[in-house]
Amino acid sequence: MSKVRVLVGTHKGAFALTSDGKRQNWDVSGPHFAGWEVYHLKGSPADPNRIYCAPSTGWHGQVIQRSDDGGKTWEPVGNKFAYDGTPGTHQWYDGTPHPWEFKRVWHIEPSLTDPDKVYAGIEDAAIFESTDGGRNWAELPGLREHDTARGWQPGAGGLCLHTIVLDPGNPLRIFVAISAAGAFRTDDGGTSWKPINRGLHSQYIPNPTAEVGHCVHHIAMSPQRPGVLFMQKHWDVMRSDDAGDNWREVSGNLPTDFGFAIDVHAHEPETIYVVPIKSDSEHFPPDGQLRVYRSRTGGNEWEPLTQGLPQSNCFVNVLRDAMAVDTMDECGIYFGTTGGQVYASANAGDTWAPIVRDLPAVLSVEVQTIA
Amino acid sequence: MDTVIETVTIRVMLPAHLRTLARVGSEVALDVAVPATIASTLDALEARYPMLCGTIRDHDTLRRRPFIRYFACEEDLSHQPVDMPLPEAIVTAREPLIVLGAIAGG
Repeated sequence: MSKVRVLVGTHKGAFALTSDGKRQNWDVSGPHFAGWEVYHLKGSPADPNRIYCAPSTGWHGQVIQRSDDGGKTWEPVGNKFAYDGTPGTHQWYDGTPHPWEFKRVWHIEPSLTDPDKVYAGIEDAAIFESTDGGRNWAELPGLREHDTARGWQPGAGGLCLHTIVLDPGNPLRIFVAISAAGAFRTDDGGTSWKPINRGLHSQYIPNPTAEVGHCVHHIAMSPQRPGVLFMQKHWDVMRSDDAGDNWREVSGNLPTDFGFAIDVHAHEPETIYVVPIKSDSEHFPPDGQLRVYRSRTGGNEWEPLTQGLPQSNCFVNVLRDAMAVDTMDECGIYFGTTGGQVYASANAGDTWAPIVRDLPAVLSVEVQTIA
Repeated sequence: MDTVIETVTIRVMLPAHLRTLARVGSEVALDVAVPATIASTLDALEARYPMLCGTIRDHDTLRRRPFIRYFACEEDLSHQPVDMPLPEAIVTAREPLIVLGAIAGG
């Protein structure tokens, strides 16, 4: 029988939550790297025992840890993220030039086919690649050297590359998202990149339809239909049917279209999930009611999912990397909150129950479905 | 004829996060060529425990990370030149060189 392993990154360590296919009873292990801030950890699709984790602290900076036994033991690997060449400047908050500086890893994305190959999205925004299991990291500089990069400005959380989506049908195609530059795509394995922000409309930049400058919060894709992308932007839920070349809004009847997390059902590529957040100044659910919204029509028509979720006095946030789906026959959905809860639904969102309630603030959630 | 390099044993106390990262106790003993300095002691520390590279000082510039401090003999050596010889009590191993995280960082 298959089992699932939920990998949770928190402000003070990483946790692994495991269950059988019923997903009712859970074993909790952790904290791993207690006291370290774990923005993200993720398992290799090619070898589920291989997990990459990115802990950091304000004192000691970034380290990368790797497990080859499903998270039982860990080995520190390479933590040197040196920009290629002389990195130059991007814009600072006040519009002045600011040197590109490595601050932390936001997102780890293991290759779909090679356990030793892994990408890292970092702040200040760049994408790095390792082909030796995380020991050595090299920038794919074409992104940071894009003509528009000198004008990229950080969002409130920094100039971070926080989303990396790999195309299972085309190993040369990668999608990334940067706050607050927008979405980009490479079709040549990372050598060259182009902005893919046509159709986005952002009132908070001087030209609301500019080529770059959009605060994209997250992008999700169904592996079954790699050309179809869903985006949670700062405001607006968006959809592209042509690999990001054009976007259209699908916020529809959502109570608010601000949010961070977005994901797609494992088997139904038109079924998508978001967690609406009240606004950019009030990072909690509307009316203190924690509700996942599901669309079975690829957007526009949304239904609230509430069973098992707190419907009063709930003022947590759900961050961009804190939602994931498993690939069991009946798709499981998971998300973590800044209040330390990790909620699971074993029936595609119809009902929910907390796996844990009192972790440190959850920064990321990933799921492995293990045969 | 082989050149004999004279060394001293330097005791280094590490902060909690780095002990777990390097899987060591609160203190490590390192053989460091004379004259031992903060820089040469950290070189020896990173050579033996490469996972500590970048966690105390920058990979390339070797500058101390902002929230790291070096204490010895009840003195803060953080702002001293890193190639200055360490105090006598440190090079005779009566006292440890203390690497610690400043009260910051959350």
